[in-house]
Amino acid sequence: MTKFRYVLLGVAAMQLAANPAISKELNALVWCDHSDDSLIKPFEEKYDVKVNLREYEGTGAALALLEQSRPGDWDVLVIDGIDVFRAVDNGILAPMPKDQLPIDDMFPEIVMAENNSKDGVWYAVTEKFGYNTISYNSAKVDVADMQNLSTVWSDKYKGRISIYDYYLPVMGLAAIAEDVNTADMDAASLDTIGPVLDQMRSSAASVAGVVAAQTALATGEVDIVVGGGEWLTAVLAEEQPEMTWTIPDQGAVRWTQSIGILADSEQKDLSLEFVKYITSPEGQARLATSACFWGMPANAKAGDVMTDNQRAVLRWDEQGDFLQKTQLYPAPDTDLDNAMQDLWLDKLSQ
Amino acid sequence: MIGQSKKMGWGFTAPALLWTLAFFVAPFIVMGAMSFAILEGRNLIWGFHLDNYIELATRPYLWRAVIASIEITLTVTLISVVLAYPLAATIAFRVPRHLQRLVLLLAILPFWTSYVVRSYAWLLVLAREGVLNQTLINLGLIAEPITLANTRFATVTGFVHFFVMLLTLTIYANLIQLSPNYRRAAMDLGANAFQTFRHVILPLTLPGIVTGAFLTFVLCIGDYVTPHVLGGNNELTMPQVIMVQLGRRADFPLASALAIVMMGMVTLAYLAAARWLRLDRV
Repeated sequence: MTKFRYVLLGVAAMQLAANPAISKELNALVWCDHSDDSLIKPFEEKYDVKVNLREYEGTGAALALLEQSRPGDWDVLVIDGIDVFRAVDNGILAPMPKDQLPIDDMFPEIVMAENNSKDGVWYAVTEKFGYNTISYNSAKVDVADMQNLSTVWSDKYKGRISIYDYYLPVMGLAAIAEDVNTADMDAASLDTIGPVLDQMRSSAASVAGVVAAQTALATGEVDIVVGGGEWLTAVLAEEQPEMTWTIPDQGAVRWTQSIGILADSEQKDLSLEFVKYITSPEGQARLATSACFWGMPANAKAGDVMTDNQRAVLRWDEQGDFLQKTQLYPAPDTDLDNAMQDLWLDKLSQ
Repeated sequence: MIGQSKKMGWGFTAPALLWTLAFFVAPFIVMGAMSFAILEGRNLIWGFHLDNYIELATRPYLWRAVIASIEITLTVTLISVVLAYPLAATIAFRVPRHLQRLVLLLAILPFWTSYVVRSYAWLLVLAREGVLNQTLINLGLIAEPITLANTRFATVTGFVHFFVMLLTLTIYANLIQLSPNYRRAAMDLGANAFQTFRHVILPLTLPGIVTGAFLTFVLCIGDYVTPHVLGGNNELTMPQVIMVQLGRRADFPLASALAIVMMGMVTLAYLAAARWLRLDRV
């Protein structure tokens, strides 16, 4: 054996010594609320696995990323509840055994079988939800005004509102203000929504993403965020309790996120364990209060393992009323989606 | 001998050439081809379709983004040059030689912080209850806070803060190479300080100015963060529109067409500046 081979063997032996137990790895394409050690570490320790998380924004970006990846690169996908059908139609989600999912423990309105399953087969399960509604500084506005959507973006608050920078929920709110159900939105209803967006736009100081909207509210740049909700103000609540949110009388928009296993995953059993952990009461409580953003856990049993303060910030006791008053945000088909996006960008750039 | 040196030349340049081919030329060709494809549902249809370019010309929000990008970029470039030149000249001509490195280091200190964090920091400065408004109110210059954040003014301010530093470096690099004899000769021939600057210093430092201005133009027109954070999305620029196409819609063909147009604008800027452009001065 040559010296060179001895060296190679030595290097290989050192590698093995340095990694006595090479852990399994699970690759998940997620929203930022999953990138929280307090959520992921317990699962990693229990299953002796390294969970690699990749955050993304926008379902289109996630689908493009999956198309560019090799089969088996990704195991788990977190996806907007209204877009599960896009993933199912593309054949990228694997069926999941319904009897192993805590569907009976979920808030009934959040199960969303029509979104998460197809032909009786479950491809995803809701893991978190919340509202795109009105966040505000209660010390700066007339709280009663916040119960009426058209007052919120009226001239009374001109220059004091920020609009959340995502067209689907905001256009959903505009539709609700005009008594159009989000599920009934079509190309014709865009004519109704257009003037509402004009009014919103003329009253708005900014159109902001999550961090910018939080900053604007916290620094007093604006007093109201249209499209905000618990996910926006919960992290501010401890230091600035005057930052709060409400569901107006006309209602508001509800968002959901689902989790599923990718069809090409080579670790479907482990992926299922991950989904089961995330949807368990403990996993749900941690996900609900994640550092990135808070939201309601889909599993109602999570309330048992959350603190009183956490439940209060999320308005746990009012969820029954909120769920009644809110509608899932619009789930347009491709043509309507494009038309909505064009209208949004047109109004935004004026 | 010549053959061997030729081979060595190829050997040395091959890595850079391959790198450029793999990471610039090939992606550019793909992007060009993609800009003529169309998206039908989730299906990408390759071919020679002009749909994306027609859409660009006919959708008001798209060409408004083009105009806004050009206006902001030209404004930022102009203001940055006007502010950077005196700063660079002061460092080059007034600051003792042994302190110049330290002063330059201080001048580029803002580069050391994260670009995103710096943008949010500016948001806090320009907010209605921010440092600037409070100072103006305390000085009695204004009675009520004025809207500075979430405006084009805020976008331009954030950009200028960044690019003045860049331009200072390129102009300084040019100024420091000028022999003092040019100034002395001009003065000996009766030129006053302004005439010396106008007819001698400025023409000789034009390459540094143009190089810095061109880099400012390129970086500014392609920037997404500053208009997004400081401009409050109150007007869309091209990078923002491109991001929207990719985010939910995943419309890579339209995004590619927009990127090609943006590259066209950079090429035009290059052609306009080519006569004076000296990238070796950077």
